[in-house]
Amino acid sequence: MEFELLACGGRQIMSVIAPTFRLSYFLKSILDNVFWIIVLVTLVGIPAIQIVLFYIEMPVINGELLTPFLALTWLADPSRAIPIVKAFMYTDFFRIAVFPGFGLAALVAAGTIFVERKMLAKLQLRVGPFYCGKVEGILQLAGDGLKLISKEIIIPAKADKPIFWIAPVAFVGTAAAFVSLIPVAPGWVVADVELGVLAVFAVIGFFPIVTVLSAWSANSKFPFIGGIRALHQMISFEIPLILSLLGVVMLAGTMSLTGIAESQEFIPWIVFLPVGAIVFFICILAELERIPFDLPEAESEIVAGWLTEFSGMMYGLVQLGTYLKLYAFAALFTVMFLGGWSGPMLWPPFPEEIITDGIQLGPITATIPGLPLLDQAMLNGVLWFLLKTVAVIFFILLPRGVFPRIRIDMLLSLGWYKLIGLSFINIFIALALLYAGVLGPGGII
Amino acid sequence: MTMSAQLPPGLQLEKVDERIMTLNVGPQHPGSGHMRIIVQIDGDYIVACDPDPGYVHRGEEKMAEYRNYITNIPHLERPVIHDSCNILYPYVLGAEELLGIEVPERAKYVRVIAAELNRCVYTLYWLAIYGIFLGHSTMFMWPSGDRELFIDLLEKLTGARVTHAYFIPGGVRNDMPANFEDVCLRQVRYFEKRIAEYSDIFYDNPILISRTANTGVLSRNDAIRLGTTGSVLRASGVDYDVRKKEPYDVYDSLDFETNVLKSGDSYARSKVPWLDMMESCRIIRDALSKMPKSGSVRTKLKPNPKGGDTSVYKRVESGRGALGCHIVSRKKPEPYRVKLSVGSFRNLIAMPYLLKGEKLGNMPSVYWSLNYWPVEADR
Repeated sequence: MEFELLACGGRQIMSVIAPTFRLSYFLKSILDNVFWIIVLVTLVGIPAIQIVLFYIEMPVINGELLTPFLALTWLADPSRAIPIVKAFMYTDFFRIAVFPGFGLAALVAAGTIFVERKMLAKLQLRVGPFYCGKVEGILQLAGDGLKLISKEIIIPAKADKPIFWIAPVAFVGTAAAFVSLIPVAPGWVVADVELGVLAVFAVIGFFPIVTVLSAWSANSKFPFIGGIRALHQMISFEIPLILSLLGVVMLAGTMSLTGIAESQEFIPWIVFLPVGAIVFFICILAELERIPFDLPEAESEIVAGWLTEFSGMMYGLVQLGTYLKLYAFAALFTVMFLGGWSGPMLWPPFPEEIITDGIQLGPITATIPGLPLLDQAMLNGVLWFLLKTVAVIFFILLPRGVFPRIRIDMLLSLGWYKLIGLSFINIFIALALLYAGVLGPGGII
Repeated sequence: MTMSAQLPPGLQLEKVDERIMTLNVGPQHPGSGHMRIIVQIDGDYIVACDPDPGYVHRGEEKMAEYRNYITNIPHLERPVIHDSCNILYPYVLGAEELLGIEVPERAKYVRVIAAELNRCVYTLYWLAIYGIFLGHSTMFMWPSGDRELFIDLLEKLTGARVTHAYFIPGGVRNDMPANFEDVCLRQVRYFEKRIAEYSDIFYDNPILISRTANTGVLSRNDAIRLGTTGSVLRASGVDYDVRKKEPYDVYDSLDFETNVLKSGDSYARSKVPWLDMMESCRIIRDALSKMPKSGSVRTKLKPNPKGGDTSVYKRVESGRGALGCHIVSRKKPEPYRVKLSVGSFRNLIAMPYLLKGEKLGNMPSVYWSLNYWPVEADR
């Protein structure tokens, strides 16, 4: 065994038993990953940045407008980097693609997939992804993505091809639209809609349509049954979902998501409306088609439900959409019931001298003043928001290791009788609190 | 219409009724096993169900006619490779009677221990698949992992993880290793602790109970009338176990109970094998204590032994129910005919009756709770 290890140039050999930890392998694997990151950044990342730079408004430095061709001079002159980054952060592109929008959601979604696989594995006495990326299977997701991209896309012969092609893209688009409505920190939201809760309901209403379109256009029996099941499930759980949020809207006195998050600066609504929070959480599980409500994808009954005919990256897109949707629902729970970004100040303050004088690092001086992302309150808000969202995601993932799948008739009776009843009880609680003058506009608290 | 008329019954494309859709569940379906179930559904209700086994028919019985009594052993266990001791048991008992061989007392105990270990291996595998059929992935992983305990023990005993080919006419192939008793007791003690945890996550799970209780109910009379065996029969309230009713080898001297549940639904059918595993642990412990500590485990045979001009029928209790083997001998080194009567096929007969009128979501739980192994049914 020792000889084989040496013969393979010190590489680990695939075996059933996890190899013992060795510091040299660990360091080498980190170095390998760093090497590939540098290669990819140079060959893909920097050209992509150059392309983006043509579309953003460049800052004026020393009286002259910086051109995209000169943008990389910040590598030699760090004082130029700050205005460029600042100009980039004020663009809509940044908001949509990077920070409160798609980039953050995709990052959380990728983390969710990894955590889900590892956590479920620990629950089930396995190791989970282990070899890919060498450090605890950290690159498994990238490997899966590469595999999906390189696979052939097979379209059923009798499928309605345009709709079948559009469906995964529309699914991701709907999920991304949902993400864009979520405020992450004060002022940091892609679309700050006045009637934000209504906009959320409108976007959620698109998911069953996309699902049924994709299922029906595949022209196959198992996707059809899965699509109809998804339609039943989503529609019957949308009603308690909407009703359970009405209590919060009444107490907050506004429909704007930013306003609702600001209204619970001191006490989150889950303290007063626990019934609504529970109903909303169960509805999230059903809307996300997660165990115990994964009937539209019930493997042993209808193969993979409405995902059966998707192959290659079309399937990958649907999965991406599913996890974006998971992040969006968890974030919505955070905003509605857990107080969004509000929380005690944890982020350390910036020393005054850094803001005025900049940081001295040997010969280089970097000045930070006025950078929007480095605002202390905002960083603290993002930290709290992500902590709460990750906690909600954890509770969404947990039932998968504990519960079996329930049946469609049990699901419908749960949605129509029990959850709707409970959400009305929640509304009465909210009304009682409102008319007793305890909460709401002009209340005691 | 003309084209679809030429197709076999399950593949017909024309609609029988506007409301009824025909589903082909299997053989390329994650919830079917090596078989096809033609299901006709009206909305979510199953109108008719037609199980169609035979995709893995390998002619084991015919092949047995060309091999002598010893060379038959490794291939007669192929139908259920993870219950290979039990499927060989009736053949070996029958061959011993035909060839007139006496079995040493110690070998009988070793056989019982190996058979009970193998029953646990099979039942855990079956339970793992039952778990994943209901969407419970933890219940897939836990039994799959605990199965390794018994597989390791059997590897220690026989030299192979599956397909042991351990039982032979005249005893067993080799004696136990020196420390087997200690290791076996330790593993069994650990397993009994583990198996109690299954009830926490699976059998006492409210969703599981509400999902499988009162589905696919097989009444006591129907269970007898349809000829079901094993756990399906015992879940319907019939106290029938071949180990108790027609004890073979040393089962009459061992201390164990049969588990009988009254309700006859999917939940009871899934619970009886779990309770049986606990009894298996009891049997193993009892057999280890009562076993003669030394002695031969094998009576040597003459080369190419020949049977008389008779036939013999032997039955044992396998993981799936009563398993019979009918051997006809015509004074030749090869058996004239070997017929395996397997529990899987008998239990499958009940499936169309149970699934009629059920919801489509109950199909996996009812189907797999019948304790049916497609490869064994096809032989």
